[in-house]
Amino acid sequence: MQIYLPIAEVSVDAFLLLGLGAVVGFLGGLFGVGGGFLMTPALILIGIPPAVAVASGANQIVASSISGAVSQWRKGNVDVTMGVVLLVAGVLGTGAGVLLFRVLQQSGHIDIVVQLSYVLLLGIVGAMMGLESLRALWRRRRGGKSQGRLHQHFWVHRWPLRMRFRRSKLYISAIPPAAIGFIVGVLTAIMGIGGGFIMVPAMIYLFGMPTLTVVGTSQFQIVFVTAVSTLLLAATTHTVDVVLAILLIIGGVFGTQIGTRAGQLLRGEYLRGLLAAMVLAMSVKLAYDLIATPLDLFSIAIGR
Amino acid sequence: MTRNADAPRPAIARGRPMSARLGAGATLAAVLLAASGGLVTEARAQQVIADLSRHLVAITTGFAGAEVLLFGAVDGEGDVIVTVRGPEGDVVVRRKSQVNGMWINTQSVTFGTVPGYYAVASTKPLDEIITGPVAEREQIGSERLRFEPERNIPPDRIALFRSALLRNMERDGLYQPRTSTIRFLGQRLFRADIVFPANVPTGLYTVNVYLVKGGQVVNATTTPLSVSKIGLSAEIYDFAQNRSLTYGFIAVAFAGFAGWAASRVFQRG
Repeated sequence: MQIYLPIAEVSVDAFLLLGLGAVVGFLGGLFGVGGGFLMTPALILIGIPPAVAVASGANQIVASSISGAVSQWRKGNVDVTMGVVLLVAGVLGTGAGVLLFRVLQQSGHIDIVVQLSYVLLLGIVGAMMGLESLRALWRRRRGGKSQGRLHQHFWVHRWPLRMRFRRSKLYISAIPPAAIGFIVGVLTAIMGIGGGFIMVPAMIYLFGMPTLTVVGTSQFQIVFVTAVSTLLLAATTHTVDVVLAILLIIGGVFGTQIGTRAGQLLRGEYLRGLLAAMVLAMSVKLAYDLIATPLDLFSIAIGR
Repeated sequence: MTRNADAPRPAIARGRPMSARLGAGATLAAVLLAASGGLVTEARAQQVIADLSRHLVAITTGFAGAEVLLFGAVDGEGDVIVTVRGPEGDVVVRRKSQVNGMWINTQSVTFGTVPGYYAVASTKPLDEIITGPVAEREQIGSERLRFEPERNIPPDRIALFRSALLRNMERDGLYQPRTSTIRFLGQRLFRADIVFPANVPTGLYTVNVYLVKGGQVVNATTTPLSVSKIGLSAEIYDFAQNRSLTYGFIAVAFAGFAGWAASRVFQRG
């Protein structure tokens, strides 16, 4: 069933969008990430203009992450202090990202910047997570016990502006969380991602947060940053397509619930290993697209 | 390609007020009248008249492209050519080159007065019925469209970027690469189908109908066509443009509510 998307100005099969929402929602629920890093490239692939894909993707993530955030909140897994620090920085980052998006769009470099950002981020994050989950699996096989201290003390614990994050049992500088929040905000606006796949490893490996509060807090942050991002993009670039978002959301809410359930059946190390493999595969694919000779060296941008 | 001051004027001045407020029925009657008896003809003038099955292509929520029937009649011998031009605008053509192993946009040329849609139909292949200079003057055939490139760009680069522009428009289905055929029904009546893809730009279109004989245009007529969003899709678009902040709030509120409601439903189930 073809449906005309009023803002994207293209006609797409409605069931394709529902299915896409469901698949991305499933993966999001399974791994506790928003899935935006899969959604945006997939939307561009089926012919949605990149700017609309980013903005409508952000809108969809509001829905897909809120159900997760609500259930995490009930279980008491949200570190509100950490969430607020991330959020304030995230909103500032989103504003900067919207400006950056417009500048890059006018200069014609938006595609390359988005693609390169994806390759670098997914590559680094995927490699880190992959190595970590392999190490954890190896440790388990040897039967060794690694739990000594609550968490390792990195350089971030010695910076100024220390704050107490009660729920996470941390006393660290507010600068690293603010920096990560800002970066995630920028990326939300230019890449249409929630940023969970950056925040989750950053919280675990940089801040040393306990895994339990990591997922809850990152989902809390994602809900608000994607909401602000949607608002700003709707107000400035007029690129939020509600028809597109609604279809993705309907597919997504079902996928997320199923994914969350499936996630409880799998062990954490396997889950992280799987996510790492998926993230790496995406990175390799995008890197290949950057270096492979394009079919047509020329592209057009039709003005209005 | 630049316009010469002494070049002959096109047979059809663009932007002229159109005489197409006539209902399709009235025009059809006129067509039949002209075709059947030649009652309205003047002996010396060879005429072509034409109209469309509709003057509005409505982009609704279910829009997946459209077809418009053009019908008309000629008075006397000759071939017919139909061109359809979409609204004009600027198009930026960008070229990628390899920088440090990656393909990056490095050069760009902006062209003005580029129609967002272009199609040609004719009774016979174009080069058999019309001379080069005439086709050039009337901009018949997508390769003869006159775009205005930005200044101070070497001609060879303009030619390269121009052909890339045409190629990309064809790939998007916005320029129809081949001339489609116009069928004659009997001696004088003809019909042609104009096909619009789903990604057709909105705006005012111009349909030009030429009667050609001996390589020259002997008569021409113009009829307008409007492509616009109608109904829900138009309302959503206008809302997003004019009350963008409210639109954003609604989008976020809906997403938040849908996600929250779903989690409640699944929690119970």
